[in-house]
Amino acid sequence: MQELPNFAPALPEIFIAFSAIALLLLGVFRKEDATQGITVLAIVAMLFAGLLVPAAAGGRVVTFGGMFVVDGFSAFTKVLVLLASAFTMAMSANWLHREKLERFEYPVLMLLATLGMMLMISANNLMALYLGLELQSLALYVLAAYQRDSGRATEAGLKYFVLGSLASGMLLYGSSLIYGFAGTTGFDALGHSFAQGVPVGVTVGMVFVIAALAFKISAVPFHMWTPDVYEGAPTPVTAFFAVAPKIAAFSLLVRVMVGPFGDLTHQWSQVVIFISLASMALGAFGAIAQNNIKRLMAYSSIGHVGYALIGLAVGDQVGIRGVLIYLAIYLFMNVGTFAVILAMRQKGRLMEGIDDLAGLSKTHPMSAAAMAIFMFSMAGIPPLAGFWGKLYVFMAAIEKGFITLAVVGVLTSVVSAYYYLRIIKVMYFDEPVEALDHGTGKGLSFIVAFNAILIVVFTFLPSSLVSSASTAAAALFGG
Amino acid sequence: MLEIGLAHYLTVGAILFTLGVFGIFLNRKNVITILMSIELMLLAVNLNFVAFSHFLNDLGGQIFAMFVLTVAAAEAAIGLAIVVVFFRNRGTIAVQDANQMKG
Repeated sequence: MQELPNFAPALPEIFIAFSAIALLLLGVFRKEDATQGITVLAIVAMLFAGLLVPAAAGGRVVTFGGMFVVDGFSAFTKVLVLLASAFTMAMSANWLHREKLERFEYPVLMLLATLGMMLMISANNLMALYLGLELQSLALYVLAAYQRDSGRATEAGLKYFVLGSLASGMLLYGSSLIYGFAGTTGFDALGHSFAQGVPVGVTVGMVFVIAALAFKISAVPFHMWTPDVYEGAPTPVTAFFAVAPKIAAFSLLVRVMVGPFGDLTHQWSQVVIFISLASMALGAFGAIAQNNIKRLMAYSSIGHVGYALIGLAVGDQVGIRGVLIYLAIYLFMNVGTFAVILAMRQKGRLMEGIDDLAGLSKTHPMSAAAMAIFMFSMAGIPPLAGFWGKLYVFMAAIEKGFITLAVVGVLTSVVSAYYYLRIIKVMYFDEPVEALDHGTGKGLSFIVAFNAILIVVFTFLPSSLVSSASTAAAALFGG
Repeated sequence: MLEIGLAHYLTVGAILFTLGVFGIFLNRKNVITILMSIELMLLAVNLNFVAFSHFLNDLGGQIFAMFVLTVAAAEAAIGLAIVVVFFRNRGTIAVQDANQMKG
């Protein structure tokens, strides 16, 4: 008779899983008008789980037969993911109501996707990694095609599904090679087995795994699905895609590269440097010609992934700290920007063109100011938060002698400043053609204001984020 | 008499996997073919896992293969559901018709 595993470290995940089931039952039994209540309950569940995460994480604890790990790193990224999900869920509520798409499955699917992300972050075995990734992806495929009467949304869902499954297939093929040539799928055991010599099969498998994870964070050359899916998917779902899964997949990539493949740094750092350079360049140049703001945000997110990858390419504790700071700031900038995009309505219809923002400063001075803050921050203009995010990764790169990465990073941020500033120019200096609607939701205004203030005041209180990111990065390096 | 060894299984697995990948990229006709190619990729991986598991004398690979089978079933269900809503909107499931967004 085997003993039961220690459930305590997985308390936040167990809580989210039970809330998803409970809310699904609630939705089925109270058919009419349950959606709003369920959405609120789902937000509460996520925030509560966010409080449980730091409580469940002491030092590094491994449970479920080595499948599941909890440490400072997982706690930090899980809190980010839960925050991102809660924010986007709050933004969705208004949209669901206005588009008459109120179905209780939506919050439940988001809860399930979040659960998958948390399992990914805590995965300590290739098996757990795969199952977490699939739980997240399957829920996201459905969410992308959620607006099922829309041709564009279903096309986005189809493309995301096909390319996402291809990525899962590559991940699995890589896992099978790693398993075959190293003899184990556990991260801890893998980490010890490469000290003397690496079988060539493991290297090939590792490249497959990197390719699959690059797919999930939409890094070049595996980015081709991003613009289409971001444009076609419903806007709140796009907001969700842009933050939560990206943070989760990024932390998974960091854990896999630093943990089991920590001894192979000289092999994978070349690949990561290439991916990082290509993503920064494509993010900067691809967005210039875009007129759809969701498509522009897709290219912008590809660029941001490139900047964050600089930290991973550096590969030491300072670099990972830079990644975590960058991801945290990226979360707030993107949530705020998408909240502004969700408030862009003309006669009740959601607008997506950059030209529709013309004259926003005259009709909606507060939204325009907030959007300008987000755009300046994304372009990395001091003293806004986005500048600090870039500064920490560039500093890490320069300290370790990755001068090329830092130089290309600075140059591409100058290029990308063009399209961020173009949005500001359209808002402040173009004449409004037709004014956007007023009063598009108190919740959205609150989210916009909250994130804008956070980005402005970050300069005065960076120490709390930096110190918690340092602890999280140290946890990964066994410190 | 030819002894069937690990290398043979791996070769078959690699061929099936490559066929799956090419099925996704070269196929210009039907989305259902893409779904079949995805299944082919996952089954090639399962073959790899089971072969490795046998030759390593380790059960982990077979457990992994069971999980892959289960998830593949769920994935096929979701894929078909998305194809159905796509068909309702467009009246076609040809690959070249999935072209509303470009750029």
